[in-house]
Amino acid sequence: MNWDVILPLAFFLISVFLVGIYTSRHIKSGPSFLQDYFLAGRELGGFVLAMTMVATYGSASSFIGGPGAAYQLGLGWVLLAMAQLVTGYFTLAVLGKKFAIVARKINAVTLIDFLKARYESKWVVILSALSIVVFLFSAMAAQWVGGGRLIESFTGVSYTTALFIFSGSVLVYVIAGGFRAVVITDAIQGVVMVIGTVIILAGTILAGGGIENIMGELRAENPNLITPYGSDQSLTPLYVSSFWILVGVGVVGLPQISVRAMSYRNAKAMHRAMIIGTFVVGFIMLGMHLAGVFGRVVLPGIEVPDKVMPLLALEVLPGWLAGIVLAAPLAAVMSTVDSVLLLVSSAIIKDVYINYIKPDAEEQFVKKLSFGITAVVGLSVFAMAINPPDLLIWLNLFAFGGLEAAFIWPIVLGLYWKRGNANGAIASLIVGVGSYMFLHLNYPNLWGMHTVVLPIVLSLIAYIVGSFTKGVRPHTNTF
Amino acid sequence: MKKGTDWRYRVSNREAVMGTVLAILNFIWWYAFAYGLGGRPIKEYTYILGFPAWFFYSCMMGFVVFTILVWIMVKFFFKEVPFDLDETNEDGEGDVR
Repeated sequence: MNWDVILPLAFFLISVFLVGIYTSRHIKSGPSFLQDYFLAGRELGGFVLAMTMVATYGSASSFIGGPGAAYQLGLGWVLLAMAQLVTGYFTLAVLGKKFAIVARKINAVTLIDFLKARYESKWVVILSALSIVVFLFSAMAAQWVGGGRLIESFTGVSYTTALFIFSGSVLVYVIAGGFRAVVITDAIQGVVMVIGTVIILAGTILAGGGIENIMGELRAENPNLITPYGSDQSLTPLYVSSFWILVGVGVVGLPQISVRAMSYRNAKAMHRAMIIGTFVVGFIMLGMHLAGVFGRVVLPGIEVPDKVMPLLALEVLPGWLAGIVLAAPLAAVMSTVDSVLLLVSSAIIKDVYINYIKPDAEEQFVKKLSFGITAVVGLSVFAMAINPPDLLIWLNLFAFGGLEAAFIWPIVLGLYWKRGNANGAIASLIVGVGSYMFLHLNYPNLWGMHTVVLPIVLSLIAYIVGSFTKGVRPHTNTF
Repeated sequence: MKKGTDWRYRVSNREAVMGTVLAILNFIWWYAFAYGLGGRPIKEYTYILGFPAWFFYSCMMGFVVFTILVWIMVKFFFKEVPFDLDETNEDGEGDVR
């Protein structure tokens, strides 16, 4: 075991844990409990909002899988990763103040609250809740596995122990502190992600003898590494551009991201968050993926892409700095799972239980139930993760694309197109998820684009066609 | 029940359009530099600060330029509107469910 590395990691885990626990003391009782537990009372300021959006979005693939792919494919993959810059401002700009204002008017706590009020349809609610629970549960399991593996590979403890440490620390603060604990810890985790990026990038450039030297060696090894087309010329412009949908504008459709667009305090917070968020997401993506490419010169011949970052950090940095760098992917994983865990439990409690099973549930009971369901969901993910499936990045993308195709139009057009109705939304949800799963399994990357593109187009058509059938239109002008 | 729409929505609509236009410009910048400059034969590549020019402009300058553009957009074109004014300001203006 390498104590130099473990100490900063342990310090990070313990600090996050303590901060998470500390914030849970602010949880209010009384009628505002749900607002407070699942949305931190809509009080987020600009910095915290930016950080929680970036950190929730940035996952293990930003720090492990992505740089590993960049190591193999070269600058072309960094170009692809930079499609994510747009997530820093697009979601907040498009959902915008209207979403935040509508959410306040209808007292929405979850994304589904918004869909329910907008479409007034039981089926929209049920289908949405179902896809959130199913897809995000599997995404969460993949991230959980990633978290366990990370701790395992850095510290040498067994996978099960690592998983236990990881889930233990996340679960306790999410259950106790709810959304506020999640976003405050996200802010810390986001900062750790930025610092880790600076350190690893600087360390790799120094170890590689400067950028000019690194580029020269890459070019000598395989000139394609410094083209936009990838080392094996597999990255066509169309394919790379299609990632602007998957990891760029399509992110609007991810419930764990869009719910944040109803959680901020005021217009100023939103404005600041757009600037900070764009900078931070651009910086992390550019820096981490570049470090992956540069790592090829410093540490050639790594076969398993997921091992690039950990090995690189240990190679080019002194132990304690490597510990800080390796805290970054852990932070990314934690900040994603904590948000998703809370979202899944809010879907079960608020969207299903309170909406349909017991609308008049007592405050005290709802409170207990919220803690209870969050714990049960968390523990079942833990149980699933003990015997883990492989291919972290793809499992993650499966949930990603499916949710984007399902939700992007019911949210965006629900907000901006008055004619949109429940039939449209239901059609869009079904066609989006259905076509994504079908294409992903049968015709992945059809016509040279990422699988997500067609389902998003199809669900748009479904939404529009569905909305031209006779259906209930909103009979208030809240929307 | 349908009277005028909430005035704040008009602000929001305009900002959503601006955000979308910025994203489209961002894509064009990114694509044009990457495949315009990067599509040439490698022998003809020029380098800036050690990076191939296509990468420098598309990814690095793209990051800097669009962060600044977001700042400009938000600072000068986005409007601050109050979020909670239903009861005070809008009584009788039709914003009732």
